[in-house]
Amino acid sequence: MTFAEQLPALAVAVPLGAAPVAALLGRGSLPWALAAVASVASFAVALLLAVAAAGVDAISYDVGGWAAPYGIELRITSFSALLLLIITGASSAVLLGTKASLDAEVARGRRPYFYAAWLLAVGGLSGIVASGDAFNIFVFMEVSSLATYILIAGGSDSRALPAVFKYLVMGTIGATFYLIGVGLIYMMTGTLNLADMEARIGGVADLKPILAAVGFVTLGLALKAGVFPLHVWLPNAYAWSPHAVTAFIAACSTKVSLYVLLRFDFMVFQGSLAEHGVHFSGFLLPLAVLAVLVASATAMSEGHLKRLLAWSSIAQVGYIVLGASLLTEAGLTAGIVHMFNHALAKGALFLAVACLATRFASLALADLAGAARRMPWTMAAFAVGALSLIGIPGTAGFVSKWYLVLAALKTGAAGAALVAVIVISSLMAVWYVWRVVETAWFRVPAAGAGRDEAPLPMLAMLWLAALANVWFGLQPGLPLALSESAATALMRYVQ
Amino acid sequence: MTAATAILLAIALPLAAVPLIALARNRPDLRESVSLAAAAATAAAAWSLLPEALSGERAAVEVFRFLPGLSIRFEVEPLGAMFAALASLLWIVSTVYSIGYMRGNAEQHQTRYYIFFAIAIGSTMGVALAGNLLTLFLFYEALTLSTYPLVAHHGDERARRGARTYLFILLATSIGLLLPAIVWTWSVAGTLEFTAGGVLEGRITDGLAAVLLLLYVLGTGKAAVMPVHRWLPAAMVAPTPVSALLHAVAVVKAGVFTITKVVIYVFGLEFLAHVPAEKLLVWLAGFTVVAASIVAMRQTDLKRLLAYSTVSQLSYIVLAALVLAPLSEIGAAIHIVAHAFGKITLFFAAGAIYVASKKTDVMQLSGIGLRMPWTMAAFAIGALSMIGVPPTAGFVSKWYIIAGAFQLDNYFVLAVLVASTGLNAAYFLPIVFRAFFRPEVAAPAKEHGEAPWPMVAALAFTAAMTVAFFVFNGPVVELEYGILGRPR
Repeated sequence: MTFAEQLPALAVAVPLGAAPVAALLGRGSLPWALAAVASVASFAVALLLAVAAAGVDAISYDVGGWAAPYGIELRITSFSALLLLIITGASSAVLLGTKASLDAEVARGRRPYFYAAWLLAVGGLSGIVASGDAFNIFVFMEVSSLATYILIAGGSDSRALPAVFKYLVMGTIGATFYLIGVGLIYMMTGTLNLADMEARIGGVADLKPILAAVGFVTLGLALKAGVFPLHVWLPNAYAWSPHAVTAFIAACSTKVSLYVLLRFDFMVFQGSLAEHGVHFSGFLLPLAVLAVLVASATAMSEGHLKRLLAWSSIAQVGYIVLGASLLTEAGLTAGIVHMFNHALAKGALFLAVACLATRFASLALADLAGAARRMPWTMAAFAVGALSLIGIPGTAGFVSKWYLVLAALKTGAAGAALVAVIVISSLMAVWYVWRVVETAWFRVPAAGAGRDEAPLPMLAMLWLAALANVWFGLQPGLPLALSESAATALMRYVQ
Repeated sequence: MTAATAILLAIALPLAAVPLIALARNRPDLRESVSLAAAAATAAAAWSLLPEALSGERAAVEVFRFLPGLSIRFEVEPLGAMFAALASLLWIVSTVYSIGYMRGNAEQHQTRYYIFFAIAIGSTMGVALAGNLLTLFLFYEALTLSTYPLVAHHGDERARRGARTYLFILLATSIGLLLPAIVWTWSVAGTLEFTAGGVLEGRITDGLAAVLLLLYVLGTGKAAVMPVHRWLPAAMVAPTPVSALLHAVAVVKAGVFTITKVVIYVFGLEFLAHVPAEKLLVWLAGFTVVAASIVAMRQTDLKRLLAYSTVSQLSYIVLAALVLAPLSEIGAAIHIVAHAFGKITLFFAAGAIYVASKKTDVMQLSGIGLRMPWTMAAFAIGALSMIGVPPTAGFVSKWYIIAGAFQLDNYFVLAVLVASTGLNAAYFLPIVFRAFFRPEVAAPAKEHGEAPWPMVAALAFTAAMTVAFFVFNGPVVELEYGILGRPR
């Protein structure tokens, strides 16, 4: 076997293997260094996989040489490659950029375990998207979730504890629902491999347990993805976790659950159940519309910067679901490419928040008056991220908006109503992000404040992220190609 | 220098000046020299495109591919070449004026001011030379965003509120209506290129075409057709040079320019003539012309009065474009130039009055013509141009618009033009009269004469241009015959 053939395994093994080592490296900077190196290595693997996956249907890898459907299969499609890029890219950028912020927030004694948990989260999330086996997905989901709870509670803010407890309870319910669904399908088909499930459901005589499974799987994953109205764990979990952790999980964790939702649903159910498409759209489309409108409206009146951005994330999850629930190739492309573009925008915004937090004790909007005079570079990058979130041309967010509106228009008369929803929510986004920009630039700071920027590495990474928004806004070729081939592959399962 | 290079230079030069202006922030003289040099170089690049445009050539340059089948692309086209030449020329003049105004008023944040001014001009060049609707939209939004800090310049509550209205209306209309219109056009026509004769004929029903046109006209908020005009009076909290160049020339003209281009090159005159509901938009524009004039009559704040006059004059252009007669299209194009010279003169004068005497209200202007004869003489010329009296620029464009209306026997448009001419006279002439023939009510707190010389020089120049355009409009008219795709 050549090195290239081992890439799918490496994508999961590198972070998971590094995790226990990080726990043993002591209280200095070594655990951080190892986590950063492992993240960057995983990112390199993800890039190689993206190149390899672009040309083919899927790269299949049998763990331990045991062939699917009995062995565990890793299956890299262009969809999973895109998600791997998001996960490892976000982890690398955040770890490399925000060491100062992490040092300030994570107590020395906790650091080895914190970085071990970080690597477990990266490994778990990578495992979810790499896996072609429903039960294996559950295992990795638990690995990443437990690690994420540790990360969120790993800082010094005690408000994170009730938030993470809420997240833990709801996350566990979500995972359990998923497991029940998988169990029901296993009962009826005798297989855990996704591709095999699809083939065997056709032969199942009594479909009732399968229909129940559809409900459990969809609800469980929607809960983990923060799909409205199952989002209540999200704002506080984002708001009170360490700032670097927020930047990382906001960029990738809900998207991974959405990935599983889409992949599971399209691969297993769409082709084999009559009328499933109608049920899928009928259930998720209204929720997506509500998510977009209600969460944006809430963000408009939110007074705390991190909670404001968290509500915006719930709305953006709505966009992704909206695109997918159109059940067209254009809609799926729009939803999937928005996963990537939103990760860029939110990543940049939360990195800017982390920079702000190094100089401001409170992130309530009222306390950020005149922040741009103190930290002009940080706020300028924030503005770029904000423009991308709104979807101004020249930024990554515009590409998703363009595809989303195009996909909605192609669905005929009802599409016009969806365009209206997209448009209204974009305007709400203008409102809520511009409140921040205006507060920072044109309000007079309370105390006389000189120029006092965040540490240079944080600022450099922030600007890298901000410029990535511009770069992928003008040159969207790579994410678009991956999204289009992912959408084509998913649509092949639709009846 | 090839045309392609000149196109890219015209857009890149203002942007290239930005870091230089920032670097020179502690040396005002150097900073303003950089601004002036950039303005001159930009104008040279933009003007070098004119012979090309006059000869009927359409030089184009593709910068890069954006989405499959869509690229960021620039093109020299008669309307755009004229707009670019106009805006770049007036950038030089208003930079001179800005130097006088910003120093004379001891304004804060002058570096930020020059930086965003340069970005706004670069964006205007991008709008003017855009080769397709996507490129145009990109720079259209950049123009909105880059002018926001200029409107909010003073940073107090009033400025912030005005800037918020400004930003929100412009973004709401462009994201809410214009972007869906563009995506819709793309999805039915499969192209966003500006094509002679339009791209929509036979691809969309008449009823839907009317809806699409409505989206375009109201989505182009910068054209300030009622009811999306409110941002323009709100923007008057900006320093006067911003109002003068951006809110009388660059920003608003980007709006009417967009509508004119969409009418001519996306819909096509012949196709639109068959869309019955198109008349509704003619009425809307006509209503705006008259209603904004009536509102302007009731204003006593000079800048707000000028703002409503702008709203009215912009709808002249929209109206002319929607009349769909060949001559009125020419009139629409020429009115972009004519109104620019006249209105920038009026704003320059208003700013000069403010710097010299701190007066902003029409009622305070009694007798000011004797203290500031140059300024008020220029104001009078600008006012005559707004009314459309010879020998000023406004007469030329009105001539073509009326000729176009006669081509199609459109008496509604004629009535609107007559009514608004009367209204314009009714609110501009009393100001001129008051300034020259009424005695001062009380002696000013501080004795004053004219404003600083750079300001007077700038407004004298634009007033002279307003008169000169009446005589020497030939090349512009000839250039604009190109939009009809045939010689004069």
